Amino acid sequence: MSTTVGVVVFPGTNCEMDAVTAVERLGGEGRLLWHADDDVAGVDAVIVPGGFAHGDYLRPGAIARFSPMMGAIARFAADGGPVVGICNGFQVLTEAGLLPGALQKNSGLKFLCQPTVLRVDSIDSVLTRRAVFGAELSVPINHFEGNYTCDVETLARLRDDDRIVLRYVDNPNGSVDDIAGVCNEERNVVGLMPHPERACDELLGSIDGEVLISSLLGSSPVVAA
Amino acid sequence: MRYDVLVDVQLRGGIADPAGATIERALPALGYDGVVGVTVGKTVRFTIEAADEVEATSRSEDLCASFLTNPVIEDATVTVTLADDGSDT
Repeated sequence: MSTTVGVVVFPGTNCEMDAVTAVERLGGEGRLLWHADDDVAGVDAVIVPGGFAHGDYLRPGAIARFSPMMGAIARFAADGGPVVGICNGFQVLTEAGLLPGALQKNSGLKFLCQPTVLRVDSIDSVLTRRAVFGAELSVPINHFEGNYTCDVETLARLRDDDRIVLRYVDNPNGSVDDIAGVCNEERNVVGLMPHPERACDELLGSIDGEVLISSLLGSSPVVAA
Repeated sequence: MRYDVLVDVQLRGGIADPAGATIERALPALGYDGVVGVTVGKTVRFTIEAADEVEATSRSEDLCASFLTNPVIEDATVTVTLADDGSDT
């Protein structure tokens, strides 16, 4: 039986079909989840995709976190369900408190749309469990507010707990400690600014995102103790 | 009672402020030398019903902390004044 991945759609989301296409190319089933619904409809994993949820008004993710679906995702995550936030989805997860830190504007003052090279720095997460530690992956970014920041205590905790799962090899946006992706303490919620779903087809220039999406597909929910 | 609330949201020190930095860099070319420390934030205004100014301030500060600002990157200053037609005196 294939893994069903729920892909959340807010007003203003624009990467949902990229995510569904990548999931289905890798043998999973994609199912769109409307933000105003309040349950995840029995899916095995959730992707919060990129875009401009609720127009990014106030701040990216600030209004999205009040959508009923975010409550359902918080419960799903608390029960061990795998959740990945990509780009705007990462911003939403930080605003919702499911991941620490925040995404500020890129240090170079520019919107960035380009390939980046990511290094896998932890394979203990739902997004990296099938990757090779230290592997370098070519995955594109597409953001203005992707400069990860957090207070020094949080950064120390992320490092000590090995929760910085992906780092930029050549930091494009000023993120502290070259952070491209982090996970929560339970390692079942991951956020990253780069778009692995856009690196799952040779036509798009890279298939290095496949190992990340297929990790998610292979991450069965952890049964809560 | 009705109170007018002005919320001034600014990025915290050390947080990238591309708009402020760009404006500051442009100023000398326009002949404005010696202007430093430019920051660009946002202003949110609203009117709130509350028993008194203390309650209006407290509820507005709650709203700031939970929604209007992200405390990881932003600070807010809340100013509360009695609305023009807000008093029943």
